[in-house]
Amino acid sequence: MAVAVANMTTAALDWVSVKFNAPLAGMVVFGVHIHGHLIVEVLLIAVILFQLSRKSYKPPKKPLTEKEIDDLCDEWAPEPLHPPITEEMLSEPPTLESAAGPHTIIDGKEVVNFASANYLGLIGNEKINYGVGSCGPRGFYGTIDVHLDCEARISKFLGTPDSILYSYGISTIFSVIPAFCKKGDIIVADEGVHWAVQNGLYLSRSTIVYFKHNDMSSLKSTLEKVTRGNRRAEKIRRYIVVEAIYQNSGQIAPLDEIIRLKEKYRFRVVLDESHSFGVLGSSGRGLAEHYGVPVEKIDIITAGMGNALATDGGFCTGSVRVVDHQRLSSSGYVFSASLPPFLASAAIAAVDYLEENPALLSKLKRNIALLWSEISELPGLILASNPLSPIVFLKLKRSTGSTKGDMKLLDEIVDRVLKEDLVFIVTTKRSTLDKCRLPVGLRIFVSAGHTESDLLKASNSLKRVTALVLSELA
Amino acid sequence: MVKLPYLTALTTLISYGLLFLFGQIRDLFRKILDLLKFKKVQGKGYAPICLGLEDFYTRRLYLRIQDCFGRPIASAPDAWFDVVERYSNDNNKTLQRTSNTTKCLNLGSYNYLGFAAADEYCTPRVIESLKKYSSSTCSVRADGGTTKLHTELEELVARFVGKPAAILFGMGYATNSAIIPALIGKGGLIISDSLNHNSIVNGSRGSGAVVRVFQHNTPSHLEEVLREQIAEGQPRTHRPWKKIIVIVEGIYSMEGELCKLPEIIAVCKKYKAYTYLDEAHSIGAIGKSGRGVCELLGVDPADVDIMMGTFTKSFGSCGGYIAASKEIIRHLKHTCPAHLYATSMSPPAVQQVISAIKVILGEDGSNRGAQKLAQIRENSNFFRSELQKMGFEVLGDNDSPVMPIMLYNPAKIPAFSRECLNQNVAVVTVAFPATPLLLARARICISASHTREDLIKGLEVISKVGDLVGIKYFPVEPEKVAAEEKLKKLE
Repeated sequence: MAVAVANMTTAALDWVSVKFNAPLAGMVVFGVHIHGHLIVEVLLIAVILFQLSRKSYKPPKKPLTEKEIDDLCDEWAPEPLHPPITEEMLSEPPTLESAAGPHTIIDGKEVVNFASANYLGLIGNEKINYGVGSCGPRGFYGTIDVHLDCEARISKFLGTPDSILYSYGISTIFSVIPAFCKKGDIIVADEGVHWAVQNGLYLSRSTIVYFKHNDMSSLKSTLEKVTRGNRRAEKIRRYIVVEAIYQNSGQIAPLDEIIRLKEKYRFRVVLDESHSFGVLGSSGRGLAEHYGVPVEKIDIITAGMGNALATDGGFCTGSVRVVDHQRLSSSGYVFSASLPPFLASAAIAAVDYLEENPALLSKLKRNIALLWSEISELPGLILASNPLSPIVFLKLKRSTGSTKGDMKLLDEIVDRVLKEDLVFIVTTKRSTLDKCRLPVGLRIFVSAGHTESDLLKASNSLKRVTALVLSELA
Repeated sequence: MVKLPYLTALTTLISYGLLFLFGQIRDLFRKILDLLKFKKVQGKGYAPICLGLEDFYTRRLYLRIQDCFGRPIASAPDAWFDVVERYSNDNNKTLQRTSNTTKCLNLGSYNYLGFAAADEYCTPRVIESLKKYSSSTCSVRADGGTTKLHTELEELVARFVGKPAAILFGMGYATNSAIIPALIGKGGLIISDSLNHNSIVNGSRGSGAVVRVFQHNTPSHLEEVLREQIAEGQPRTHRPWKKIIVIVEGIYSMEGELCKLPEIIAVCKKYKAYTYLDEAHSIGAIGKSGRGVCELLGVDPADVDIMMGTFTKSFGSCGGYIAASKEIIRHLKHTCPAHLYATSMSPPAVQQVISAIKVILGEDGSNRGAQKLAQIRENSNFFRSELQKMGFEVLGDNDSPVMPIMLYNPAKIPAFSRECLNQNVAVVTVAFPATPLLLARARICISASHTREDLIKGLEVISKVGDLVGIKYFPVEPEKVAAEEKLKKLE
C-alpha cells in the first residue's frame, strides 16, 4: 500500500517536472540554461520584495492637536516658588556691630562670642594693597602675584608639592570631587559629611556608598563589600571621602586607621581639613601631623580658609598631577572670579603668624580642656564631640522625639543665654536639602583669643539656663 | 549669531586634525618610553587618577599655548596694569615668574565701571570697615556672620534692582549652584538657554529636576518647548510638572549679546512658568542708571520672578545676590545651603559694594556715577563701530561692553595674544572648552576708566596685529563710502 502511494507521488512529480521543463528545455539566456526551479526562485524573490515594500501595520499615532495642547497649558497650574512661610522661618540671626572677635557687640551690648570659628584669634591684623576685587577668573588676568605667593606659602607650610587656591570655602570641595570622580567610579563617604561634600558627590555621578559616622569597623566592612568579587575594580578609580573634624558633630577622623585600610584595599583618600588646618598637630599642620602620618599618603587635601586663618576662600593641595589637572577641569576654579587679593595676603600673613607663634595652639588646647572640665556635668545635655576638637558639640540627653521639637528647645536655650548672660553660642543649622541625619545640638566655637573668665562665664551661663529650660519641660 | 565661512571652517578643522594627530603620535612615543624605562607607577593596583583621553586636550593642545592664559599681574586690574613676565625652559610645560613687569593696556578684565582701582569715595570707607570689622567674620550668616553692613547692603541692593528684598552670598558661582536646588527639586522642569554659564548648569544638575535646553535667545523655540513639555508632563509617568523655571542671562559673556527679555517674559507669563534672570555681566554696566538689562529693554522688574547678579564685574568686589519677593527670600534664608553653611561675605567687600552703588545712584553727592555710565556706553559703541569698520568680525549688540572678535583657527589664538602683548596690549583669547571647538575668539571688555586715547591706541594695535594674523574676515568699509554717509547724516 505504501509502495503504491510512493510510486504514485514520484510519477506525479516526474510528470510535473517534465511539463515544467518542457517549454524551457531549450532556453538559453545569456549563455545560462534556464531551468524551471529558477522561475520559482525568481517569483519567490519578487513576492518577498513586494511584502517588504508594504507599510507594516502599526496602530495609528494620533498626536495632540493644537487646541488640545492649548487646553492642557491653560489647565496646568504650577506650585508656588516657595513653600508656605512658617513661624520658624521668621527668626533672624543676631546682627553684629563690630568685628567677630572673642568679644563682639550685639544690640549695643558687649557679648562673649562663641559663634565664630576664629580658632587662633587672628581676626584683626591685615592691610589692603590692591583694591578689593580681582575682576576676572584665574585664566584671564585674574591671577595676581599674591595668589601665586599664597599657593607657594601653603605648600611650603604643609610640605606638599603644590596647591591651588579657590575663591570660596564651600566651592572648594564641591569642585574638587567632580574633577576627579566621574560616572562609574566608586566613592565611600562618611554619612556625616557636610552639605558641600554631599553636593560634590552628587554632581560627580559616581556610585556612592555611605558608612556609619566615624565608625572604622563599618568602613572596613563597606570597603570589603565594595571590592569583593569585583574584577573590574582595578580599572575604576576608588575614593574614600572623610573630614578631619566633622562640622556636624565635632568628631575627629582616625587617620592612621583610614590610611591602613586605604592601603589594604587600594583606595585614594580625599580629606577635608576645613576645621583642623591650623588647629591640630603640634605646629598646626593638620590631621596628618596630629597622627604622625606622612602627608604624601593622603592623595587630596582640601580646606576652607574661613576658620582658623580668619580669611575667606579655600585651597586644595596634593601632588603636582592632582593640582595641575584642576587648573583646567575644576569648575569652581575656571569659571569663577579669583579670590580678592586682600584676602590672599591675609592668608599669607596668617600662615606666617602661625608658624612664628606655635604657642597659640597650646593656648587653644588649654581653653578647650578648661571648657570641657566645666560643662561635662550639664543637666540634660551631653558632650558629643572629641575632646580635642575646637567645635564643642552638646546634644540633648533625651530628645523630644522630633528634630523640630529639639530645635525649639535649643533655640530657647541660645536666646536666653544671649539675652540674659551676654554669651553668644549657636545651634546646628540644617538645610532641607541636607541629607545628613546626625542629631542636632549646640555648637560652641572655642578660640585661642578667649580668656579663662570668658570660658567660665559661658559655662556658668549654660549651667543656669539649661537647668531652667529643661526643668520647665520635666 | 556667527556665520562660519566654509573655507575658514575647512582650514580650522584641518588644523585641529593635525594637532590631534601630532598629540597622538607624542602619546604613543611616551607610552613606548615608559615601557622601556620600566617606570614604577605609583602603587600597583591603583587606576590612574586621570585616565588617558580625559586630559589629552590639556596635555597636547592647551600646554603648547599655556603662556596665553593665566597671566599673572602685579597691580590692581585698572585701565593700565602691570603684567608679570614669564619664561619657560621646557617648552611651555612649566612657566617661571620673573620679577619684571610690563605696563599694558587692559582690555581683558571685567572692570566695567572702573571700580577695580583705588577710588576716592570707596577706598577710604573700605579701609575703615576693614579696621572695624576685620577681613572675615569666620562664621556663617545664620550663626554669627551677619553684621550691620550685610543688612544694609541687602536693603540697598533690593532698592537698586527694584525688588522687595535681597539676600547676599560670598561668591557668584556658589549663588547659582546653591540657589537653584533650593527653589526646585525632583518633579520640576528647568528650561535653560543653550549658552548658559557653567554655574547655572551645575546648579540645575544638582537640583534633581529635569533639564531641557532651548535655542539660544529664540523666544519662538522656547514657546515650542514649553508647549510640548506641559502637554507631555513628566517623563514616563506623564504626571503634570510641579513647576517650571526658565533661566536666561542678561548679557551672554561669550557672545556679548543681550537677551531678548520682553519676548521671553511674555512667553513665560502666558504659560505660567517662573523666570530667573542672571545679570552677572549686565548689572551696573547697562541701562540709563545702571540698573541692568530690565531698564535698558523696558521690562518691569516685578515681571521677573528671581533676579540674580554678581558684584565682581561692575562693582569691583566679590560675591553675588538674589533679589525676589519677601517670601521667597525668607524661604531661601531658611533653607539655602550657601546661607547656612558658607562663610559670610567679607565685610570690606560688602562696604565696597555699598559705596559703589551709592556712587552709581549719585547718593555720594557727585555725578560721577552718571558720568561713568555715559562713558562706558560711549566707549563700547565707539570701539565696536571702529572694529567693524576695520573689517573684523565682531559679535554682540550695541551698548554691550563685551565684544568678541572671531579668530577661528587654533594657530591664530596664540599669535594674536602674543603679538598684542608684545605691543603692550593685554587681550583675552578663549578657545575650547569655553566656546565650541571651531569658534575660538578674542574677547574685549571695555571699561569706563578707558580714555579715548587708550581706546585709539588699542584699536591701532589690534588693527596691526589683525593684518599680521589675518583675521579681518569682512571687507573693510572704504573711506569714501564712510565719508559720504557722514555727509548724508549731517544734511
